[in-house]
Amino acid sequence: MGEKIQTEDYKNREPIIVADNVTMIFNIASERFNSLKEYFIALMRHELRFKEFRALKNISFNVKRGEAFGLVGTNGSGKSTMLKIIAGVLEPSDGTCTVRGTIAPLIELGAGFDPELTARENIYLNGALLGYRKEFIDEHFDDIVDFAELRDFMDMPLKNYSSGMVARIAFAIATITEPDVLIVDETLSVGDFLFQRKCEKRINELIENDNVTVLLVSHSIDLVERMCDRVAWIEKGDLKMLGPCTEVCEAYKHYRK
Amino acid sequence: MEPERTADKATAISRKTISGKDAWYPEGQRDGFILRQLVTKDFKLKYRRSVLGVAWSVLNPLMMMIIMAAVFTRLMGRADDSIPNFPLYIIIGNTAFALMSDSTSRGLMSIIEASSLLKKVKINRWVFPVQKVLFSVVNYVFSLVAVIAVMIFFQFAPSLYALYVIPGVFMLAVFCIGLSLLLSCAAVFFRDVIHLWSVFLTAWTYLTPMFYSIKILPEWLQSLERFNPMYLYITYLRDALLMRQAPSIELTLGCAGFAVAMLAIGYLVFRRHESKFILFI
Ligand SMILES: Nc1ncnc2c1ncn2[C@@H]1O[C@H](COP(=O)(O)OP(=O)(O)OP(=O)(O)O)[C@@H](O)[C@H]1O
Ligand SMILES: [Mg+2]
Repeated sequence: MGEKIQTEDYKNREPIIVADNVTMIFNIASERFNSLKEYFIALMRHELRFKEFRALKNISFNVKRGEAFGLVGTNGSGKSTMLKIIAGVLEPSDGTCTVRGTIAPLIELGAGFDPELTARENIYLNGALLGYRKEFIDEHFDDIVDFAELRDFMDMPLKNYSSGMVARIAFAIATITEPDVLIVDETLSVGDFLFQRKCEKRINELIENDNVTVLLVSHSIDLVERMCDRVAWIEKGDLKMLGPCTEVCEAYKHYRK
Repeated sequence: MEPERTADKATAISRKTISGKDAWYPEGQRDGFILRQLVTKDFKLKYRRSVLGVAWSVLNPLMMMIIMAAVFTRLMGRADDSIPNFPLYIIIGNTAFALMSDSTSRGLMSIIEASSLLKKVKINRWVFPVQKVLFSVVNYVFSLVAVIAVMIFFQFAPSLYALYVIPGVFMLAVFCIGLSLLLSCAAVFFRDVIHLWSVFLTAWTYLTPMFYSIKILPEWLQSLERFNPMYLYITYLRDALLMRQAPSIELTLGCAGFAVAMLAIGYLVFRRHESKFILFI
């Protein structure tokens, strides 16, 4: 797919995601203060210094409309953190990240479901959270169910679903229309091979329309190689490499600690 | 996948024009649908697998009132001759107080409970505490059915002043929204608030003249009740439904003042800290 990014048309396209010097710092120690008493004791003793952990360090990149952009990196490198910042769930400690358009985020296997509700109710809830119109969901409800292939399970609470089934519903809702940005973080890894193939096909359709930007995180390097135009390799919070898919994937595959 | 209707093309740069779809609400209009979905969700979960379902919202205050009236009528009912109907006096106070205690204890947990949603999708975070208050308001409307039932039982004819219930509940709801915003925010950072609040609510229950008349209180406490917002709201609603009179200007200003002040405090505190919520839930 690498040819796409060489074209003149591509170079002239507006960037839809702009990450500019994004730094994310977590206060690891802050988790400890769950009670007022502990907090005040620490405050008195001047122990309120937190251990800082930099999950992302000065990350900058642009993603253009219609591009399939991959993020690779070993466990705990900060990929999901980056996606959360793009999705607007997390605010970066420093730097900015702007996204123009609607986002359909599938971060860390979930999509904002309530386990107690049935799948049918969750489709409406999640649809609302994504910003879909009610009439739109009404109209496309059957399409969503058909894509997920779970018609017989619609009235079962989601807590009784297998993780692959949840991923199917989540993916079906997010891709029933064309969001400007589709974020797929590990979502496909729990689906069976048939569903993975189906999702791949759907994502390719979306990319080919040149309207949807896809951000893909996967530990299946083959999948990244098949789907992405460009890839960013984030390693322990640093942007280690950014470039055409084949180059980065090749380097990543030969990575030794 | 239908192309965008041409009529809408005029509103350039709008999101849906960009994506060529009619699927999304414009940015500012999403919250209404989200609130509706969340309130529906709460009702479904509250009454799932319950035979009587929503009827409990009516039965619960009715049963509370019967018990309280049975216990307290002798003790308190005669202390104040100006109360025309003591059971009605009780149920109006109880339901209004329940609206506050219910909505704030739910609101208190709302951000913590919504963590799985907040970590996955970008949403306006205030919808969660606000939604809990709306849920309780809907519940309150059902409990008004119980109030009407009591009126019918005692053949107590309400007057047109009963319409003051509407501004009364509105002000109370605004007050609860402010309080829930504040509490939900505090609970994220200090879980102690959860325990403290239930103690506080119990104390507040006894300090508010719900099943007794304010006249049995010592002088100094009576004058302090002016600063108890729940006493003001309950008095307002009792004026409307029980005393069949218009609430005084002074009382109205007190109710409105508490509502606006609480909303302002809650909103400001919430706004200031909301971006850090995700790190603590
Ligand atoms: N809320 C948080 N508080 C403290 N540390 C966090 C928080 N969220 C993430 N981290 C840390 O940030 C680092 C990056 O996490 P992240 O989930 O982004 O990794 P990842 O690249 O998605 O890994 P994986 O491949 O396993 O999914 C980890 O070390 C993690 O411990
Ligand atoms: Mg991850």
